[in-house]
Amino acid sequence: MTDFNVNLRQVKNVSIIDLRGYLDAHTAPELENIFNKLLEQKKFRVVVNFNDLNYISSAGLGVFMAYIEIMRQNNGDIKFTNLKENVYNIFDLLGFPLLYEFYKDEQEAINKFITQENS
Amino acid sequence: MNEINKKFEKHLTVKSTTENLIKVREFARTAAEECLFHEEDVEKIVLAVDEACTNIIKHAYNYSPEGIIDISIFVDNNKFVISIVDNGESFNPNIVPEPDIREFYKQKKVGGLGMYLMKKLMDEVKYSTVSDNKNQVMLIKYLYR
Repeated sequence: MTDFNVNLRQVKNVSIIDLRGYLDAHTAPELENIFNKLLEQKKFRVVVNFNDLNYISSAGLGVFMAYIEIMRQNNGDIKFTNLKENVYNIFDLLGFPLLYEFYKDEQEAINKFITQENS
Repeated sequence: MNEINKKFEKHLTVKSTTENLIKVREFARTAAEECLFHEEDVEKIVLAVDEACTNIIKHAYNYSPEGIIDISIFVDNNKFVISIVDNGESFNPNIVPEPDIREFYKQKKVGGLGMYLMKKLMDEVKYSTVSDNKNQVMLIKYLYR
């Protein structure tokens, strides 16, 4: 039993991935499955809500790195929201904030997609 | 505290499966807490140990679940030392380049992140070959004085 859960929901034309628990080399494949599903459905606008995620290792970070480019090539993105400080610090150590968008809450990220769409 | 620390020594042996990463993290956390590290440093130690074991599972044992990972944690000379030994494929840490996040992003290259994180999280990281051609990585965090 691993304490990890990933849930997918839709808000307008943005896909929201909710993460809970511990994202490591053991649980990262579950997240990959979700991204593969999104690609199959041609859903490229993704917000990942980290509100209930307590832990991330490089195996988890690698999943986002593997998929963000293809999302962007299709006019989408992966945006990151609601990170706990300890989890954000790991992204920060690796320089992710230079390349990826982080928001305090989910709605901000969704709004960003909507603004980009209208511009 | 120093007297206690001289005797501080713990061991854990696990098979090389990602399922065991939870066990490894709990083991590292308990030891770090017993040595009175603050939560922020406890989390760094736990992540570094996870990264080291993940690398061993992936690269040294190539995901074979039958490999052995031997972890010892001890205190030596005001240093909190985690020794992780495996007898899988050896590698030369010097040929793994420091990751450039922009290049990674372009090329979707993920390898090397774990090694880079370990260096950032710990005070010292040392790779060596020990008896019977086993690989050892030592993760070191200085104790508070």
